[in-house]
Amino acid sequence: MSIQDHDSHKVDSISGTTTTGHSWDGIEELNTPLPKWWLTILYASIIWAIGYVIVYPAIPLVSSFTQGAFGWSSRAAVEADLAELVQQRAPVVAALSKASITEIEKDPKLLAFARASGRVTFGDNCAPCHGAGGGGAKSYPNLNDDDWLWGGSAEQIYETIAYGIRSGHPKAHEGNMPAFGRDGLLKPAEISQVADYVRALSGLSTATGYDKAIGAKVFAENCAACHGDEGKGNQELGAPNLTDQIWLYGSDKATISESIINGRGNVMPAWVGRLDETTIKALTVYVHTLGGGR
Amino acid sequence: MSLWQKHAIFEKNSIILLIGVLIVISFGGLVEILPLFYLKSTIEKVDGVRPYTPLELAGRNIYVREGCYVCHSQMIRALRDEVERYGHYSLAAESMYDHPFQWGSKRNGPDLARVGNKYSDDWQRQHLNNPRSVVPASIMPGYPWLARTELDISHLAEDMRVLALEGVPYTPEMITNAEQDARAQASDADAGDLTKRYAKALARNYGGDPTRLTEADALIAYLQLLGTQVDFKIYDDKANLR
Repeated sequence: MSIQDHDSHKVDSISGTTTTGHSWDGIEELNTPLPKWWLTILYASIIWAIGYVIVYPAIPLVSSFTQGAFGWSSRAAVEADLAELVQQRAPVVAALSKASITEIEKDPKLLAFARASGRVTFGDNCAPCHGAGGGGAKSYPNLNDDDWLWGGSAEQIYETIAYGIRSGHPKAHEGNMPAFGRDGLLKPAEISQVADYVRALSGLSTATGYDKAIGAKVFAENCAACHGDEGKGNQELGAPNLTDQIWLYGSDKATISESIINGRGNVMPAWVGRLDETTIKALTVYVHTLGGGR
Repeated sequence: MSLWQKHAIFEKNSIILLIGVLIVISFGGLVEILPLFYLKSTIEKVDGVRPYTPLELAGRNIYVREGCYVCHSQMIRALRDEVERYGHYSLAAESMYDHPFQWGSKRNGPDLARVGNKYSDDWQRQHLNNPRSVVPASIMPGYPWLARTELDISHLAEDMRVLALEGVPYTPEMITNAEQDARAQASDADAGDLTKRYAKALARNYGGDPTRLTEADALIAYLQLLGTQVDFKIYDDKANLR
């Protein structure tokens, strides 16, 4: 193998192309030029890159970096995009934040906007627990019915969404169902009796050996303080109505016993801070108008 | 002698070629990586970010072990739609104690950079156990063994020692108390000195079973912390435009 002088380019007699002058055992390499379209793209991208370096922040220097011709930055760009969004929504947002929830629900135009906005927010934030249509699931309340743990008026729904339930927020709804069994407040036999008593409150069947007098006594001494003498619940404390057919965890005796033994204390996060005030208002209108709002 | 002839030495000697390649590549590295260590504008100090507690660190290890990063990113980009959906765009400082970071670029599932406090512990537990029990359309696999498996905390101190070598400010006191802090944070009982060592660490029974310390406790503690450390009511966007 030998590399010959580059100046002595020969022309290949068959293809008519010059050779590179490299010859391996008498075999010479053709100097076929790169396709024109390919070269054009290569040079165009080099020119593009130079322009890009000039226009956008690019080269690090000793104490800063080249800022680009227009001072573009991703953070400033998103600020501007968001500001534009705020501007676009401004008229409706202003109207929503001025009006009370009752006023919004009376104004068809505002109501339509609040419900549309609320539905989007609900889908992303609330649906994972309460279901896509607010239908709820075991241990997550149905928002379509008129049975409310913490109150179903628009103001009460707003409070619940904004501050949550046992969320750690200072204004959150508090109040736990104590663990009567685990903490030794009730004996297993008493729990069995009071579980049957609770089932009987909504007309469900009771097990053999149930003594209404004992069940009623245990209920009056332990449960009535929150759930009321008649078991109709107390929305101030989030204590559910035990006389209706709606059960958050289940109506079978095992589930009721479990609630009494280990207590219940479901958490709903506080949304204030994550969602802005108008969004929470729109969400409130959406939930309030799902069907069960009071 | 032309330049072509001088170049022949690289073509004929592989070691010289290799050294030449290394020199050229290291220029690229110097220009792209080195400035990140000294340019003030690429290093942003943010209030509120602290190292992970031992329990959260254990949760992070499970997050990595189970490959959550394969489908979930942890970086909200500075784009309008992302900020609208997930909240404030992620700051570099929010993952400053992550080794390695979990930013990712693949989103089969939603971004998790600000999932902390978005759902209740109960929901997280149910969802990890069987995602379709709470989100019917979910394609995420279930991880039912997390709530069944006892959390191995014996190697946490070692993990923290390694992270300390990488620059995470774990003090010897934190490292000696690793196991104790992990247990304390996963229970409803008094957490002792936990919050003295780790500001604003929240101790509660994340996993739902008060009698055991499970992998679910750790992973949920980690998830509930994600994106909650920086208070964006105080954070000044304008001061940090770049």
